[in-house]
Amino acid sequence: MAETTYIEAITQAMAEEMARDERVFLIGEDVGAYGGAFKTSAGLLERFGAERVIDTPISEIAIVGAASGAALMGMRPIAEMQFIDFITCAYDMLVNFAATSRYRVGSSCPLVVRGPAGAGVHGGPFHSLSPEAMFMNRPGLKIVSPGTAYDAKGLLKAAIRDDDPVIYIEHKFLYRRIKENLPEEDYIVPLGKANVRRSGKDLTIVTWGAMIYVADEAADALAKDGVSVEVIDLRSILPFDEEAILTSVAKTNRAIILHEAPLTGGAGAEFAARIAEKAFDYLDAPIKRVASLDVPTPYSPPLEEYYLPNASKVLAAARELLAY
Amino acid sequence: MALETFGLTRDQLLDIDYYLRLTRTLEERLVAMFRQAKVIGGLYRSLGQEGESVAAAYALDYKQGDVVQPLIRNMGAILVAGATPSDIIKQYMAKGDSPTRGRELNIHFGHPERDGFIGQISMLGDMIPVMAGIALAGRMRKKNLVSLAFIGDGASSTGAFYEGMNFATVKKLPMVVVLENNGYAYSTPTANQTAARALADKAYAFGCASDTVDGNDVLATYGAVKRAVDHARSGGGVTLLEVITFRMKGHAEHDNAAYVPPELVEEWKGKDPLQRFERALVENHYASGEDFSRIQERVRREVDTATDEAERSPMPRGEEAAMGLYAGDGYWES
Repeated sequence: MAETTYIEAITQAMAEEMARDERVFLIGEDVGAYGGAFKTSAGLLERFGAERVIDTPISEIAIVGAASGAALMGMRPIAEMQFIDFITCAYDMLVNFAATSRYRVGSSCPLVVRGPAGAGVHGGPFHSLSPEAMFMNRPGLKIVSPGTAYDAKGLLKAAIRDDDPVIYIEHKFLYRRIKENLPEEDYIVPLGKANVRRSGKDLTIVTWGAMIYVADEAADALAKDGVSVEVIDLRSILPFDEEAILTSVAKTNRAIILHEAPLTGGAGAEFAARIAEKAFDYLDAPIKRVASLDVPTPYSPPLEEYYLPNASKVLAAARELLAY
Repeated sequence: MALETFGLTRDQLLDIDYYLRLTRTLEERLVAMFRQAKVIGGLYRSLGQEGESVAAAYALDYKQGDVVQPLIRNMGAILVAGATPSDIIKQYMAKGDSPTRGRELNIHFGHPERDGFIGQISMLGDMIPVMAGIALAGRMRKKNLVSLAFIGDGASSTGAFYEGMNFATVKKLPMVVVLENNGYAYSTPTANQTAARALADKAYAFGCASDTVDGNDVLATYGAVKRAVDHARSGGGVTLLEVITFRMKGHAEHDNAAYVPPELVEEWKGKDPLQRFERALVENHYASGEDFSRIQERVRREVDTATDEAERSPMPRGEEAAMGLYAGDGYWES
């Protein structure tokens, strides 16, 4: 069976859901005739027509707002941000309108907002965002961040079928670097469920998105020293799989949280706090966070490399914890 | 010259009068309850704006699936669409069996498909893109519905307004935007809100149709909105309709509006939409004082009954605050 790239998995998920459910449509900038800035929607216009693959003016508020209005009317919109950084332009609409709709007035607002996120491709300050933390403290949204092609497809399908608004963070660094054999048959990856990517007994790394590969690299290196690392790919940031985190920490007694967004106020702070509150007795060492620097994402490769987490930063943190 | 009624029958004209009276009486009741501390949050009057609120909403066809989105001074609009006085009083009183079960304030409620109206959020400009999405969904689902959004002189300064208007016009959506120029956004006069000569002139930037009407003339407003609705339904796209009116009270009950020149308020008192409408109906023999007395009696009875019902309603249980965020916990279905 043919290997599927991460980006093809996203395209397949959209196409299959649009074929399965006529309420599903795609709306965004350059998603139609051009097929999306990264060609994520290539072929969808030809297959589903301009009524369901909607090109818009450069108006993120209008894209997310119109998707929200349509969602209230029973549609299943997928709103594309050309780069996820531009979701900040629609922040108000998402956190005040879409996120609160069910809680405030009992109205389901099932839209998916998705777009290319993450650094490592020299996109600079405005094309490198990892936006999860800025939405975590605004209840009502769900947030997912796949790191594999399998999860990219399964999480997107689950997000489209979900009755609540979902922010789907796809990592552009992975688009064409990751290839996997995917099942032929329809499947979803349930929202809110982590994946134990690698089983181990000495140290837990909780991570997601492109950082799962950094965790793998660190885990391989530590394995050579006889250290057995458990890697939890969180996949869903909100709601998150607290049980998976706590179960792992109870087993390994050491935890690193690894994420690509800047350290301070990052999602890792929440997970660290949760471990401290609920698994303190199991810990043999402090909880460590490895994240990007607290600066905007710089453009030049040496700067960006210094800014981002990498395996050696994870190894340094791990060795510190293992010394306890 | 005969009164131009735009095809409205005598019964419909009296129906409009009923909604005008209902709006005013219900608000007066809410003011009394506010002073008795029975209203939990703020209270925002639509005095002087009942005419355009009711007239605009009356031009829609709810059986066709049309949707109206009010602002705080358009309570009359949602009454026309089907909201009940008891729903509204319960909302103000934050009751547990209010439409939002105590989660939301005043007229922030309603589902576009189920109710024919959708309450605004406080970031008012956001409602223009949302209403565009409702119109878009209607078209995708072959419903031939029209969405009607109210927006004010203040919120028409927001970015969301511009994005939403531009998007809706480009997509030629079946949408009517009633831009109320009521003189003030909180304390800011319209002249400090925009340097445009008229708010309707903003339509030139979008390329949509535009119109201007005296918002305190109920029938003229109905006629202008009806034209815009017909235009939208027949595929003509968006109309930006400026209604000229005046906010007769402060931003809310706590605001004495000392910043509004008293002579301006006096001038607009003479243009009260309800009095003008009833006078026109009498002068043109569509109605008599007896008709209005009967309507007022009915309205008083309905508002009394609604007040009793709302007062008897329970407050929500505190622990409900943790429920109903996501689908699946059964809260909204119970």
